[in-house]
Amino acid sequence: MKNKVILGALTIAGLAAGAAAAGTLDDVKARGKLNCGVTTGLVGFAAPNANGEWEGFDVAVCRAVAAAVLGDSTAVEFVPTTGKTRFTALASGEIDMLARNTTWTFSRDVDLKFEFVGVNYYDGQGFMVPKELGVSSAKELDGATVCIQTGTTTELNLADFFRSNNISYEPVPIETNAEAQQQYLAGACDVYTTDASGLAATRATFDDPSAHVLLPEIISKEPLGPLVRHGDHEWGDVVRWSLNALVAAEELGVTSANIGEMAAGTENPEINRLLGTEGTLGEMLGLSADWAKNAIGAGGNYGEVFAKNIGEDTPIGLARGLNAQWTEGGLLYAPPFR
Amino acid sequence: MSTLTDPPKEQFRLSMLLYDTRYRSATIQVVAMFGFMLLAAWLINNAIINLNTLGKPVAFGFLGETAGYDINQRLLDYSNQDSHMRAAFLGLLNTLVIAVLGCIAATIIGVVVGVLRLSSNWLVARIMTVYVEMFRNVPVLLWIVLIFAIVTESTPHPKVYKGLDTGAVVVTNRGTYLPEPLFSRSLGDIHLFGNSSLRFDVSIDLIAILIVLGLSIFAAMKIRQRADSIQEATGDRPRTWHTRAAVLILPIAALLLALGFHLGYAELKGFNFKGGTHLRNSLLALWLALSLYTAAFIAEIVRAGILAISKGQTEAAAALGLRPNKTMNLVVLPQALRVIIPPLISNYLNLTKNSSLAIAVGYMDITGTLGGITMNQTGRELECVLMLMLVYLAISLSISAVMNWYNEAVKLKER
Repeated sequence: MKNKVILGALTIAGLAAGAAAAGTLDDVKARGKLNCGVTTGLVGFAAPNANGEWEGFDVAVCRAVAAAVLGDSTAVEFVPTTGKTRFTALASGEIDMLARNTTWTFSRDVDLKFEFVGVNYYDGQGFMVPKELGVSSAKELDGATVCIQTGTTTELNLADFFRSNNISYEPVPIETNAEAQQQYLAGACDVYTTDASGLAATRATFDDPSAHVLLPEIISKEPLGPLVRHGDHEWGDVVRWSLNALVAAEELGVTSANIGEMAAGTENPEINRLLGTEGTLGEMLGLSADWAKNAIGAGGNYGEVFAKNIGEDTPIGLARGLNAQWTEGGLLYAPPFR
Repeated sequence: MSTLTDPPKEQFRLSMLLYDTRYRSATIQVVAMFGFMLLAAWLINNAIINLNTLGKPVAFGFLGETAGYDINQRLLDYSNQDSHMRAAFLGLLNTLVIAVLGCIAATIIGVVVGVLRLSSNWLVARIMTVYVEMFRNVPVLLWIVLIFAIVTESTPHPKVYKGLDTGAVVVTNRGTYLPEPLFSRSLGDIHLFGNSSLRFDVSIDLIAILIVLGLSIFAAMKIRQRADSIQEATGDRPRTWHTRAAVLILPIAALLLALGFHLGYAELKGFNFKGGTHLRNSLLALWLALSLYTAAFIAEIVRAGILAISKGQTEAAAALGLRPNKTMNLVVLPQALRVIIPPLISNYLNLTKNSSLAIAVGYMDITGTLGGITMNQTGRELECVLMLMLVYLAISLSISAVMNWYNEAVKLKER
């Protein structure tokens, strides 16, 4: 009996040591499933649909990575995280990557020991108020009650904005977007502030979206992107280049419609390298040669994902703006695939 | 004849540690303790090594950095430029506020309900039973969320008050505003601890009021004691209520007049009411829910305590001609206290610990500041959680100590 206890303790010790050493890529392959952290629900970015399947702009990144690594875009375990629990979930290894409209900041990159692999949405913090309040600028919000998700960069920006404009506010700290929406609609706060894309997504779910206005001020830069744990560079590369593959595919004109035909070989050597008919990019990543083809095939290229989930034809209705390709005046720019 | 000799002195051998029953239990305990210490050391060491590998060695320097976030309910001055330590300190004060308010309310409700549950009035007793069972059997988090939803959804928006004569008490969906006491000739504040993050302002007005009240009560007690001794010596009890009332009321009235006491009312300015004492809905919901929930347990304890007193005591009191409420106050409850207090301590501790559910309604207690935003912004999970545990441990041990001291004071003294 005593021996068994000691053996058990040793096994646990061995497992703990093993988990620390192995790379995330091997873990994901061995598990056959990607654990991807998403929001607890923000329509357009990550929310379960009527059938309980997660869909949205951030979800598409998870699915692309799963398709690249495992060849199956449905092999994803979505882990809902709040603004407060997301980093602990990632640092502790509960999730392999976080795709949860998280802002890339210095301290998160350097001090919290995470690695942002890129930007999938260039955003900024905005304010939403009921139209009947008659407010036309954020600078008129002196004394207002503001709903704010705790543990976010928006919380810090908000404090900075009001302090630098010498006006006061009353913060109402809130855990999730759903809770904020309920509080805001109940009138418990005058203003809801978060990333402008999040505001648009939230407003789209209201009964009467036209009764609420987004104020013109964008008070911060919010580059949102997926992130992984610091130090596991192989895994970081996989996620980074899966995202880049989606961006490059749009630039190169590879879509989910023509990908089958293009994968047979084209005149353009970069497309050939991307889709694995030329070169050994997949092998360098430790993946199969058709990794990028799978990633793009999962939900289409960046433009398709954008249009389907948050674009102007959806209720959320976001324009491409800064998120257009660099060739069209936007900031999206994937490094060359060579 | 034989001589008496000492029994042969037994030599101590190492094997006796294991085979001699006199030493065996000690040996086992020592070995077990070393084993436990090794296990603890291994766990701690493992955690430190893993954190170092992650590049996040244990350090508390982050407490001095700028917090950068705002706290809505603050008892002391605070701005988002203060340190994380200051934010944690304000959170701690908010925790203590809810703990003290909650314990007082829970005790009052609990004692009343516990007594009424034993009422001979069928309806009253049944209603109290329903209350106790409802609150005891549903998790407190649900009560907090439910009560918060009720106070937010059922109360009017501040703009409803626009153009109305608002009066003294304003109830809105952002909270309740009560008149606040103001002093036009205030004595100012004492600033303790200079500029550190634990700086603390104490109002001299409040201290003066407390001192005067304390002295008045002391004087009133002295007058009563004198009346008691006169009654014992002569059998006549002098009429003292008018002097006692004067001693209690006149000094404090004079002080308030001297300080220029008046009430400040909340006024609608811009988006919200300004001025007055603002009880936020998060505070109200948390306070109500925790009090009602804990009161249900206290009611059961009070009931058990009363039932533990033999019925003969009540009958004897009745035989002496005491009315039922006097019997309860003078005979039954004082004896029941001995049974009631030990489990009551546990419930105070539970209430204090349950206050960490505050984050569900956005009340910024220490779990919301140190264990919430600070932890999230700095990524120092281990340090923050350790500090939180220490804080709750310290609060709980203090409550225990005070209550145990009170228990010593009221428990049966055997001579």
